[in-house]
Amino acid sequence: MGNILVVAEHRQGLVRDITYEMLAIASGLAKEMDGEVITLAIGSGLDEVAKKIAGYGVKVMVIDDPLFADFNADKYQKVLSALIDDLKPALLMAGHTAQGVDFMPALAVEKKLPYVAETIALSYTDNQLKATRQLYSGKVNARLAFKQAATYLVTIREGAVEAPEPSSAASIEKIDSPLKEDLAYRKFVEYIEAEVGDVDITQSDILVSVGRGLKEDKNLPLIEELAAAIKADVAGSRAATDAGWIPHDRQVGTSGKSVKPKLYIALGISGAFQHIAGVKGAKIVVAVNKDPEAPIFSIADYAIVDDLFKIVPKLTEKLKELKG
Amino acid sequence: MKTIVCIKYVPDTSEAVVKVNPDGKSVDSSRFSFDINDADNYAVEESVLIKEKSGGEVTVLSIGPKQSDVMIRMAMAKGCDRAVRIEDERMALHDPVIVARILAAAAGKQEFDLILTGCMANDDGHMSTGVALAEELGVNHASMVKKLEVLDGRVRAHRELEGGLLEVVELELPAVVTIQTGINEPRYAPIRGIREAQKKELLVSNLDDLGLDAALVDEEASLVVLEELYIPEVVSTAEIIEGEPDEKAEKLASILVKGGLV
Repeated sequence: MGNILVVAEHRQGLVRDITYEMLAIASGLAKEMDGEVITLAIGSGLDEVAKKIAGYGVKVMVIDDPLFADFNADKYQKVLSALIDDLKPALLMAGHTAQGVDFMPALAVEKKLPYVAETIALSYTDNQLKATRQLYSGKVNARLAFKQAATYLVTIREGAVEAPEPSSAASIEKIDSPLKEDLAYRKFVEYIEAEVGDVDITQSDILVSVGRGLKEDKNLPLIEELAAAIKADVAGSRAATDAGWIPHDRQVGTSGKSVKPKLYIALGISGAFQHIAGVKGAKIVVAVNKDPEAPIFSIADYAIVDDLFKIVPKLTEKLKELKG
Repeated sequence: MKTIVCIKYVPDTSEAVVKVNPDGKSVDSSRFSFDINDADNYAVEESVLIKEKSGGEVTVLSIGPKQSDVMIRMAMAKGCDRAVRIEDERMALHDPVIVARILAAAAGKQEFDLILTGCMANDDGHMSTGVALAEELGVNHASMVKKLEVLDGRVRAHRELEGGLLEVVELELPAVVTIQTGINEPRYAPIRGIREAQKKELLVSNLDDLGLDAALVDEEASLVVLEELYIPEVVSTAEIIEGEPDEKAEKLASILVKGGLV
């Protein structure tokens, strides 16, 4: 029925993985939709970015203009609004990322088009587009059907699928920016790099990581004692760092660090997708959680369904004994 | 500075088993405890911090049942001045665009310089309502904000990007800012505040009170149909360690030591 327009995501000159992951989803769907996948890259000085994406065998449309030197959601919205009118794509896809969530909902409202956020799968059969997304931190799936529209809008969860391998080079087409002037009402100021702490958890061999299940910071010594017994560093989920139990630079997950220890012990962490994404590099994962359905168990090698407070003290004691 | 803060009453499912109701379109929340959405709690604190620093007033806006009045009173106990709660059977609340339309109708009846929302709800997690709300109201926005400075007629917002990188942007007011968790340290409500909150105005409105045609926000109005909720299979290849708690701990310790993992 029509083409799929994928909004490429790049930052500071690098293409982010979500771009390729979207291409994987779009390529499968384009066959069903009898259309073509086109990637749209918006930015300034994009030659390398465009070449990199075109190497995945998908046509790249480039708006390369100093107006887009830094990401600005309002400028993206203006460009996409004009391109929806011009190109009439059947589906417009962006990452469910700090960039995508900053313009897609507004675009959906402006254009009065159906929109599903943080999609993990899409299907198209009998002229009907459906999306799957997750609720309750991954404990429930929802299947949604789009009402018929000229263009459907979706954001795609990071890491929902594997990025494909590069293939043959496709064509790159430069187009003029539909936006001609800068916007006075929203200005990019600067990027500030993440703070660096005393321990770099991306280099740790063993991590003991806590989540909401810790309940309060007075329970932290229990965790620290376990960590000390096995020479591990202590890390945490977003819930643990937000609560101030664990320093922010030790947060594991998409908004924190991606870690790659040989052993990751997750205590009282339910395993929201954003957390799990940061643990993919771990060799062995041990998870302790009261909820047998907790998503953290999907990446665990060893699982204990129980209250961490009933497990950790004995675990520490036994480890000390065995390690002499 | 006139601020509106939008908050949501959500179930705590962090360590609970979630079951879908036989209708396949809702979850059984009868056993859950409900409270303010995490990110919204930080938005409330931010709104009160702004009021304490720059003066003005804060209005709480929430869509929810009578039970959520407890949460709303708690926000007022912390320093918010008044509240509007919207309750109506006819709203398609699974759709963040519809939710934004309802909030916009309610916010449009108030004067405001700044609207704060949480950046994400614990339950449906669309991360979309605040940005859609800004578009409905025709005002500026910035999402996922981890630090907010109020300047003269503008705000400077530090947006949290992946990997902890911050993107600093400046917006002209009025604007909607969606607040990321960890931006501040939410206070506990003082006892005196809790007493005073009982006397503050909490207006309950339905769609008719808002002057909003139900046909704009009902299931028919939503461009997306919720077909089915279901529990995804957790595909786990984990070795499940069974037994009494002490046994489990001991077994795990020997696995870790014998496997040379520690």
